Amino acid sequence: MRFDTIVIGGGLSGLVSAIECARAGQKTAVVSAGQSALHFWSGSFELLGNIDGRPVIDNPLGRLGELSEDHPYRKIGEEKLRELLGKVPGIISDAGLKCTGSLDRNHLRLTPLGFLKPAWLTLGDYVSFAADQPLPWKKVALVNIYSYLDFYPRFLEYGLKKRGVECTISNVNIPQLDTLRKSTTEMRATNMSRILTDSAVDALAAEVDKAAKGADAVIMPAILGIYSDAPVERLRNRVSVPVWFVPTTPASVPGVRCQLSLRDLFIRLGGEFLPGDTVKGGYFEKNRLRRIHTVNLGEMPLEADNFIISTGSFFGHGLIADMERIYEPVFGLDLNVTGGRTEWYRKDFYASQPYMSYGVVTDSCFRPSRKGETVENLYATGALLAGFNALKEGSGAGITLATALHAASSLT
Amino acid sequence: MTLQQQNISDNNFESCIKCTICTVYCPVTAVNPDYPGPKQAGPDGERYRLKKPLYYDEALKYCLNCKRCEVACPNDVRIGDIIQSARIKYGRHRPSLRDSILADTDTVGTMASAFAPIVNFTLRLKPVKLLMDTFLGVDDHRTFPKYSSVKFETWYNKHAAAEQEKFPKKVAYFHGCYVNYNYPKLGMDFIKVFNAIGIGVSLLDKEKCCGVAKIANRCIKDATRDAEINLKAIREAVGNGMDVLLTSSTCCFTIRDEYPHVLKLENEDVRDHVSLATRALYRLVDEGKVKLVFRKDFRKRIAYHVPCHMEKLGWSIYSTTLLKMIPGLDFVRLDPHCCGIAGTYGFKKEYYNYSQAIGEPLFRQILDSNLDSVATDCETCKWQIEMSTGLPVENPISIIADALDVEATRKANNVED
Repeated sequence: MRFDTIVIGGGLSGLVSAIECARAGQKTAVVSAGQSALHFWSGSFELLGNIDGRPVIDNPLGRLGELSEDHPYRKIGEEKLRELLGKVPGIISDAGLKCTGSLDRNHLRLTPLGFLKPAWLTLGDYVSFAADQPLPWKKVALVNIYSYLDFYPRFLEYGLKKRGVECTISNVNIPQLDTLRKSTTEMRATNMSRILTDSAVDALAAEVDKAAKGADAVIMPAILGIYSDAPVERLRNRVSVPVWFVPTTPASVPGVRCQLSLRDLFIRLGGEFLPGDTVKGGYFEKNRLRRIHTVNLGEMPLEADNFIISTGSFFGHGLIADMERIYEPVFGLDLNVTGGRTEWYRKDFYASQPYMSYGVVTDSCFRPSRKGETVENLYATGALLAGFNALKEGSGAGITLATALHAASSLT
Repeated sequence: MTLQQQNISDNNFESCIKCTICTVYCPVTAVNPDYPGPKQAGPDGERYRLKKPLYYDEALKYCLNCKRCEVACPNDVRIGDIIQSARIKYGRHRPSLRDSILADTDTVGTMASAFAPIVNFTLRLKPVKLLMDTFLGVDDHRTFPKYSSVKFETWYNKHAAAEQEKFPKKVAYFHGCYVNYNYPKLGMDFIKVFNAIGIGVSLLDKEKCCGVAKIANRCIKDATRDAEINLKAIREAVGNGMDVLLTSSTCCFTIRDEYPHVLKLENEDVRDHVSLATRALYRLVDEGKVKLVFRKDFRKRIAYHVPCHMEKLGWSIYSTTLLKMIPGLDFVRLDPHCCGIAGTYGFKKEYYNYSQAIGEPLFRQILDSNLDSVATDCETCKWQIEMSTGLPVENPISIIADALDVEATRKANNVED
């Protein structure tokens, strides 16, 4: 089977590059081995939130000079980054999601542990604040669901109190959720979100409204709107004060919404999405990848003019570490790993860990190499790339999206 | 072998990282709170069961075996296999009379075919349905598929076998119980299409039910016996240079994957030769070995429904690409969604309501799409969608057979009379 472009990996990076290729009229396929790290999503995309441990608020793209030379952002450059990342809100909106934020200035998102972290874009239903300003509320009602254990209002109370916001904590219940309590393991955000539609939302809204008495706003766990934001809007219309959400323990409701919305947009644009399949390897000819083989398709290969690999880092199995070595399992691409196992990590858990910056090394267009030879029609994007520490920099989503759009713009 | 590899069991439950993503995509969890969800029923429960079989939870019976958990799993854990194996190993209740009847498709099919007009008439009578509901636990809302008075094998031997001899190239057709006892037309359509491109169709020397219903109803001894007979016949066909093709995604999935994973029967030597008809046909077209010429007057708006086992096989792309080749076919994509029937599951009184609730979003989408018909590669999805939407459902092979200009196709492939 022949395509113009095949994307290996069905997470945020893979889907966004595939969407752009399909939109440009290319025959595009995505091969996705299981669901992605988007299922752990907070509801916010970070661009560049920290440099040397200090938060970045104003003009994050003006600070690229402070990053290491082989950082993916520096390979792209400020001007091109602005152009590429400027497309993201449009793509998100085409997928049917609403988000707020700007490339010129980070805002702050509220983490489940009550901290404020710089972010670039945040989904419309999640808590975000303008940076360097007092919080917009005097009193907030923190509303949890009775017997739901994946949301920690005390942490939020602690964080908000430090910033002068008074909090009330209450647990509400509606009979529609009783069914989930039959099995102790099933009181989960995503399971509740499948029940919380239509009249169940109205019942919940009535309880939330009672708990919100005297507060300027309600903050709730992200348990609403797994397939669309319609239940969120419905709840908000029925509660007398503004309602905001904070992410929960995975699986993440906004993450599933984002994953499915992007997948559906890709398919609407004519793309072929192959779920639950793993690429076993490829056939190379003169430094070009000609075709790939997958577990499901067996002896029938997938051919394409160009390929994009967006298989993620260790978590997504884009990189594998065993006792002896770290390797890229699909094509054996060259990595920036140096030394043996003891050099991969530092014993101080909170230190900047070397393995976090491991990944595939590429040329300036993000084309990786095998045994030192650049593969001319293969592009690597997202967490698979070398040269950055997404956790310390608060840069994961920005790099994922920028490199995905860069690859797509090289191909279209 | 590395240290990590030595720590992983055959059914790799240790690879589970407890992310709960499987549960997000489980169609049963969405409608039935008594089901503990695939993570708990599968890898989590397995730890307990290994410690003490007493920890086995009878609620595992609610699992549809749709394998959507496995498709969603980021760590490639064989969640569905773990659950099926646990049901077989630890299930305390013996299969009921009803379960044995539903599972034994060959015996029931043979008897029902012999008296097809009477059986078909009787099974649609309200009092009979009520009796079956009360005494057997077969839900009275369920419509049974009609039985054919002439079995496909009988028809084939009488009317088609001799004709096939003149084709130099042949494939073996595993027709399955549905084609044999209920709907020989699909088998005839398969022969029509493959003959039109110059390929003869032979049957296996001996074919038994693939065993999917017996596995689901825990009649494992019988399932294994049938599977061994099938594997022997498949090996013989493959030895004679034939690939074995099927028109049912579930039979295909069972023979390729459930035989080794659940029944523990080795099939590696023939697995690659067992394939779905649409996949084999697509391959021939894609490699330029055959041409399909379609009628100019074919006009239909058709949606393709991906059966769960087709999603697991990963092969729906072949069926949909073939359908999109038909010029007059207005193709509609349906969201990936379980139809809810899961073979014999949806016939059982205690599951009927869950079955319909699972399929409801799919039925709604089908009814809202202004379709002439629905295409799917699974016969039980067909029964479920036909019963629940009133729309006709056909296998892609039947749609291709209908749209095909047989004479022009024969000419294009230089097939001689």
